[in-house]
Amino acid sequence: MKIYLPLDSAAVALGADEIAHAIEKHAHAKGVAVTLVRNGSRGMVWLEPMVEVEGPKGRLAFGPMTLADVPALFGDLSAHPKALGLTEDLPWLKAQTRLTFARVGVIDPLSLDDYKAQGGLTGLTRALTMDKAAIVAEVTASGLRGRGGAGFPTGIKWKTVSEALADRKYIVCNADEGDSATFADRMLMEGDPFTLIEGMAIAGVACGATKGFVYIRSEYPVAVRVMQDAVAIAQAAGVLGASVLGSGHAFDMEVRVGAGSYVCGEETSLLNSLEGKRGVVRAKPPLPALQGFMGKPTVVNNVISLASIPVIFEKGAEFYKGFGLGRSRGTIPLQIAGNVKHGGLYEIAFGLTLGEIVDTIAGGTASGRPVKAVQVGGPLGAYFPRALFDTPFGYEEFAGKDGLIGHAGLTVFDDSADMLVQARFAMEFCAIESCGKCTPCRIGAVRGVETVDRIAKGDTAAIPLLTDLCATMKAGSLCALGGFTPYPVLSALSHFPDDFNRMKEAAE
Amino acid sequence: MLDSVATIARVEDILSRHDGMEGALLPILHAIQAEFGHVPQVALPVVAKAMNISRAEAHGVMSFYHDFREEPAGRHVIKLCRAEACQAMGADRVADHAKKVLGLDWHETAKDGSVTLDPIFCLGLCACGPAALIDGKLVGRVDEAKLDSLLEGLK
Repeated sequence: MKIYLPLDSAAVALGADEIAHAIEKHAHAKGVAVTLVRNGSRGMVWLEPMVEVEGPKGRLAFGPMTLADVPALFGDLSAHPKALGLTEDLPWLKAQTRLTFARVGVIDPLSLDDYKAQGGLTGLTRALTMDKAAIVAEVTASGLRGRGGAGFPTGIKWKTVSEALADRKYIVCNADEGDSATFADRMLMEGDPFTLIEGMAIAGVACGATKGFVYIRSEYPVAVRVMQDAVAIAQAAGVLGASVLGSGHAFDMEVRVGAGSYVCGEETSLLNSLEGKRGVVRAKPPLPALQGFMGKPTVVNNVISLASIPVIFEKGAEFYKGFGLGRSRGTIPLQIAGNVKHGGLYEIAFGLTLGEIVDTIAGGTASGRPVKAVQVGGPLGAYFPRALFDTPFGYEEFAGKDGLIGHAGLTVFDDSADMLVQARFAMEFCAIESCGKCTPCRIGAVRGVETVDRIAKGDTAAIPLLTDLCATMKAGSLCALGGFTPYPVLSALSHFPDDFNRMKEAAE
Repeated sequence: MLDSVATIARVEDILSRHDGMEGALLPILHAIQAEFGHVPQVALPVVAKAMNISRAEAHGVMSFYHDFREEPAGRHVIKLCRAEACQAMGADRVADHAKKVLGLDWHETAKDGSVTLDPIFCLGLCACGPAALIDGKLVGRVDEAKLDSLLEGLK
């Protein structure tokens, strides 16, 4: 009997380890031989912990599992109270286009054989037959843009590093996924770490870099452990090392752990942190592509950008580019979070409207109350009201509505949310996490909290002051922390003005 | 002084294990905190000397990051997520409850050293919030009742 149960952090937080223990105990008591595979999560967090049992027609899913549901796994499965049917027939999974996440939840994350059986290393093998310029051209042709949030064309970044002359170059994977509502990097690293390793190896070969780092936030202990194990396995198998798959190209990598600083998700702060310094933002230029880690040419890419590389080389740039809309090509792993009925990870081509995502896929709120606002793109993203639910999910489309897609996380709030409190929190968070280098962010965020507090006390004269402060932060900050904090603040103010009109409300 | 001699010997052992590593300061500070539960003041000059940086720089790096503690934490460490996705599910309410029950504000440790209450900004459990990390164990969908039973389990 082969049983799958996720090792994914979300599944673990909902009791997967206890379920695993109970399964082993029952199997032992019943004398049934069970192979328990701890896989990645299929992304349906409301069904976690979700157990899958391998059957003659495919895997059968059961969830959300409780300890009381475990004994019935050893009886008539069709009569199991948590039976969901065949996993691959579940509507949430069936409607997705899983390219980057194709193997997550399917394979044993630390089995290189499983990985290869599902198309793993095909992309790297193909890339190794190409010259550097051709590899870079393939990435450019795919239309892939930085999935960390900035949306910069990945191929152009690689070209700059590839053509730079230096004795050493580096590939740095930004796995400092600090935005609330985002967990795609975590799920990918926990569920299919070899995909990231393969993507980084291709980047290394394309750019002539021989060393890579994955900078993972310390809040992700499971991802850190799985990545470290995977790197060791890849080294032992010759995927990494002095001669990648026997090609003669050297590329090795190391996992580094952050230390609780949000701003280190900004690429130049991350590089400083990696060098062992305070995570303070660097002024650009020089670009990290020319002077990055230790002053050497460095590719800094998000986990999802790098993990999308193998499928582009396996299936071709044209295949990948065939998905999406406008200048947003390929697929995007939506992370649906907050107050939602069906939360989790949903990979699909760009172009769904916000309303389709929130009302149809997420199924509305968990509380059953009406949706008031959706924050798209993490703590630096704008709050969208229902009136903007027709916005299609794409970089330019969201920018056109004074928002951003960021790392594609969506936090849904019901009508109990107070948008003034959310605006205050955005400023408070910026004040806590500011690296302190530039004044608009360091001082502006503190003044922002004070100004919102004045508005909360009914001082409407402070509203123009807040708008003015936001303009200064937006234009004058060195990085996206101070520069984008105005997005949640101003969107809350402009779309939900009633929440900022405290005095009027009291007088009426 | 015997204590500090022993501490320095353990720090030097950690330093030797990171010999030759590029940008080794964060991994070293993590290793020191794993060893002692905090970064002892007496360790910093030793680290600074080995890294060829000033004591001020070593202190600057250590104090920049939320993870590194100057003082040992309580025997139990409760970290509650304060970020937006958890807020949408009532994290502020749960935090207020925790503060009341424990008699602690953020970053405080109980006088008897039993427990520390820390905020954390995102554990990546945004579809099953409010989230918590209790003595390193991830917990999802934490409401007041669940928190009470988790706290009870620590006693």
